[in-house]
Amino acid sequence: MIELAGLHKSFGPKAVLRGVDLSVPKGTSTVIIGGSGTGKSVLLKCILGLVEPDAGTITVDGRPARQGDRDAFLTKFGMLFQGGALFDSMPVWQNVAFRLLRGTLKMPRAAAREVALDKLRRVGLGPEVADLYPAELSGGMQKRVSLARAIAAEPQIIFFDEPTTGLDPIMSGVINRLIREIVTEMGATALTITHDMSSVRAIADRVAMLHAGKIRWEGPVGDMDGATDPYLTQFISGSADGPIETLR
Amino acid sequence: MSVLTASFGTLGRQVLGTLAAIGRVTGFALRVLGHMLRPPYYPRELLTQLLAIGWYSLPVVGLTALFTGGALALQIYAGGARFNAEAVVPSIVAIGMARELGPVLGGLMVAGRVAAAIAAELGTMKVTEQIDALTTLSTNPMKFLAAPRVLAATLTVPLLVAVGDAIGIMGGWLVSTSRLGFNSAVYLQNTADFLQVWDVGSGLVKGAVFGFLVALMGCYHGMNSGRGAQGVGRATTNAVVSASVLILASNYLLTEAFFSA
Repeated sequence: MIELAGLHKSFGPKAVLRGVDLSVPKGTSTVIIGGSGTGKSVLLKCILGLVEPDAGTITVDGRPARQGDRDAFLTKFGMLFQGGALFDSMPVWQNVAFRLLRGTLKMPRAAAREVALDKLRRVGLGPEVADLYPAELSGGMQKRVSLARAIAAEPQIIFFDEPTTGLDPIMSGVINRLIREIVTEMGATALTITHDMSSVRAIADRVAMLHAGKIRWEGPVGDMDGATDPYLTQFISGSADGPIETLR
Repeated sequence: MSVLTASFGTLGRQVLGTLAAIGRVTGFALRVLGHMLRPPYYPRELLTQLLAIGWYSLPVVGLTALFTGGALALQIYAGGARFNAEAVVPSIVAIGMARELGPVLGGLMVAGRVAAAIAAELGTMKVTEQIDALTTLSTNPMKFLAAPRVLAATLTVPLLVAVGDAIGIMGGWLVSTSRLGFNSAVYLQNTADFLQVWDVGSGLVKGAVFGFLVALMGCYHGMNSGRGAQGVGRATTNAVVSASVLILASNYLLTEAFFSA
């Protein structure tokens, strides 16, 4: 379980997180929604230690995130980045098997390649892409490779940062379905951030809405459409009229 | 009075800003050195960088040295003729190339090629979240990206300087024997007689320092790149400019340390 309490983060005069409290139950898929620039990515990066929060606590499985062996802590996580963040200088299979080729999870190259091919197969990519470089792949294929990399070391917790951004609706549906299937079969805890409502409905067990640096609404995905919170209803409907300020 | 106060305020801010930047670069350099010494090591990355920095810089360093050696021979011959000292061409070309021009021009050419390439590559990795991805994959970016590049440049630039020295002296020999009427055997004998081990050794030490500075500036500016294409472009420019200035400044300090009476 991931627990966030009173999380604050500012960048200069701009306060991005203003006291985020959130629980992500073990083995569930939680989706954080919210407008662009509301600090969703910053929230994920705070949990991973990529961004240092100004105040608040983060615990993972009851242990403070900042204490203990950092390698062991990060080994629990897999992450799909918004742009894929594949390493340009490495072929696809080495991207997928990156964690298995070095560090505490290191295994022989041949075995690591086999795992990479297996994970590529799991996300619907054949062995013919294994030796290509990321720049030779389409956007959808890059997302799949990034997804394969996120699950290669069988992490307990997987973060998905805007998994369908920049993809056409069909490819978005494919990625959403893959995420749902993989999270279910691995029994992993998933935390996804998105503003794509079709992703929310496909992936989420629970939904939390981040607005103005705080969790505005939180609950099961089934309760989302019946909620009366005006911020949430405006966001779901995509209406320009409502309490959320829009620039026109 | 307020104008005076404002001027002092501006000056003070600039001084503090410069000192803060020196502190940040020094801290970065110390962290890189720490990662170079402590395991885990990434030999595959080191090998890749040895090739990228050393091997692929050979043509540009070699050509620079060849033309510089030739031009140096012509200049010394023309200058020496004013007081009948044309015979010093072989010794001055050799000493000039080994002590100064080989390391400095080699270092500057490597700065243009390598510091820019490193800053652009790491800057792009930063803005596309590849550096964040490395961290989430339990890999320290300083150890995986910066340490192999800095170590590779520190090891290979002295070798490039040595090759550049030889090619530069050959350039001087080529021009002297083909255009200035020097006897080939006498030219080479003079070069060998006057050149001392420390002339070459000091240039190689300079090369190691310049290589360290070039890669350090490339890594520092790349890993601290701003957002977008403009941020990467600025990081690349800053890497080349700062590496070049540091090469020239450290060259003076090293020359002072090695050769001052």
